[in-house]
Amino acid sequence: MAHKNIIPFGPQHPVLPEPIHFELVTEDEKIIDAIPSISYVHRGLERLVEKRDFIDYVHIADRICGLCSFMHCLGYCQAVEEIMAIQVPERALYLRTIWAELSRIHSHIFWLGVAADAFGFESLFMQSLRLRESVLDIFEETTGARVILGVCKVGGVRRDMDAETLEGIVNRLTTMKGDLEELSTVFINDYSIKHRLAGVGFISKEDAYALGCVGPMARASGLALDMRTIGYAAYKYLDVEPMVESAGDCYARCLVRIRENFHSIDLIRQAVSKIPEGPVDVKVKGTPNGEYFSRIEQPRGEVIHYVKGNGSKFLQRFRVRVPTFSNIPAMIKVLKGSDVADVPNIILTLDPCISCTER
Amino acid sequence: MSEPQEIIPIGKNDLVGMVAQLFAEGYRLVQIGCTTLPSTYELNYSFDKDYRFKNLRITVTPDEEVPSITAIWPNAFLYENEIHDLFGLTVKNIAIDYHGTLYRTAIKTPFSIENVKAPEPPKQKAEAPEQKTEAPDQQTDSPEQQKE
Amino acid sequence: MKWFTMTKTVTKNLVNGPSTLMYPKRKRVFTKITRGRVENDIDKCIFCSICSKRCPTYALVVTKESKEWEIDCLKCCTCNLCVEVCPKKCLSMDNHYSPPVTEKTMGIHKQKAGSK
Repeated sequence: MAHKNIIPFGPQHPVLPEPIHFELVTEDEKIIDAIPSISYVHRGLERLVEKRDFIDYVHIADRICGLCSFMHCLGYCQAVEEIMAIQVPERALYLRTIWAELSRIHSHIFWLGVAADAFGFESLFMQSLRLRESVLDIFEETTGARVILGVCKVGGVRRDMDAETLEGIVNRLTTMKGDLEELSTVFINDYSIKHRLAGVGFISKEDAYALGCVGPMARASGLALDMRTIGYAAYKYLDVEPMVESAGDCYARCLVRIRENFHSIDLIRQAVSKIPEGPVDVKVKGTPNGEYFSRIEQPRGEVIHYVKGNGSKFLQRFRVRVPTFSNIPAMIKVLKGSDVADVPNIILTLDPCISCTER
Repeated sequence: MSEPQEIIPIGKNDLVGMVAQLFAEGYRLVQIGCTTLPSTYELNYSFDKDYRFKNLRITVTPDEEVPSITAIWPNAFLYENEIHDLFGLTVKNIAIDYHGTLYRTAIKTPFSIENVKAPEPPKQKAEAPEQKTEAPDQQTDSPEQQKE
Repeated sequence: MKWFTMTKTVTKNLVNGPSTLMYPKRKRVFTKITRGRVENDIDKCIFCSICSKRCPTYALVVTKESKEWEIDCLKCCTCNLCVEVCPKKCLSMDNHYSPPVTEKTMGIHKQKAGSK
């Protein structure tokens, strides 16, 4: 008769970048149930709409999370612009797309490093963070800051990039692409990594759809869900293709993220070749009155920003629904039936971003 | 960018029936959100299929109970526990019920009607030089919406 | 070839040395537009206090009667709004970060107009 134990996982754990807690109910090394528990970094950011007006709130929206910082600002600005029927100039849309794709690249490279560190492959962690420095240098030269960019505003963007800077970005990314290919080859073809990741943490396509999986986790199970195909910002002029794998296990999720890196570099090259001249912002008059759901593809999945205004300069409601929040029930389904030793790998292939989850 | 988004207001008793019908048609649950109005709460249930976005909206007073949809979509338990913890609404029959321990905050229900001060809409001006042309129509709508 | 996949990176690392900056022996090179700290040219300032009204973190305090302008560097989030709205363009963003301090009150910098 097997004996049930409860093993706590987190909130402090060497592989977790942010605190989340799972109570794992185990029976002799096999997990039979997992109960998640959050609210270690709840800051109540959604109530700050009562204190800062809708133009100043972009600074708070930027600081919801460090890795996905630009995308939150972009979603908020898009929702407010849609309510107030503001036409953002084309050049601003292209600039926003370029910064968003750079954000995606640096988040995925960071994820690659942390995932490699989780099974002890520290040298790959160091190499990938060294590659990420070139993206952060691009951010510092074009916006002034490395992580919290502060460059998006209601009505456009705050800074411009001239043609020489854009060509420089494309050249630097092409140099980085060679190094990135080398790193990815090592990660994908390594025998021990394949042994630890292939066949582990399987979720089927129907389960992923019914449990509300979004992002690379859904795309690794065969669902072609990518919000960039809706065509917000400048994606309607670019050639977006969702990267889909069908295996549904941890190895497939790693492959999806690595292939998305190369696709993002290609999208930036396309955007730089098509960017038009013109102004980068538009004057904002009036106050928002109405509501809108803005849907964006963050590095971790689909994020929804809901803004509701009633005519005064303070918004009535701002709600963010983050992809990690939507992936947690699917994560519980994946954890049931796996071994205790595989839990850190599985949780890292989910790529949790807890400070977004509990804004 | 401006994709068509439907918002359908329904009654509380029709909720479970319509949600089951959407499940049969192949939609996926996207989010459940709540807004605090001066005397009521407004719940939004969002669904999506092939990038078409559909919303069901119900309006409840603070002492009403809301039926849970975890029987149809088991992953709704996180959203409903969050609504219970932050807004103080009672949701009946959640599949996995945390009984108020999901969000451990210093004050009990930080987003409920007693704690949130809703912004007041500006008073109507006789002539509005810098506002857009459709703003006066929306101005008449919002004070009436606030009253109900 | 599984054995020589990382040759290019290994040779580059051996030749170039460590990629971290040997601070404080070699100082960090900031870019032109790095947002470090806010500086005020006090002789041009007219103390209109538009900057303190727009500051999202309430880090600026301006008193017109005694002609004082004060900034709390620990609250400032270097968002650049004050520099953009200043009508006399006396505020500027320096590209070095403010130095670390050991107490909260040491972050407040006060400037008084000299002979106005």
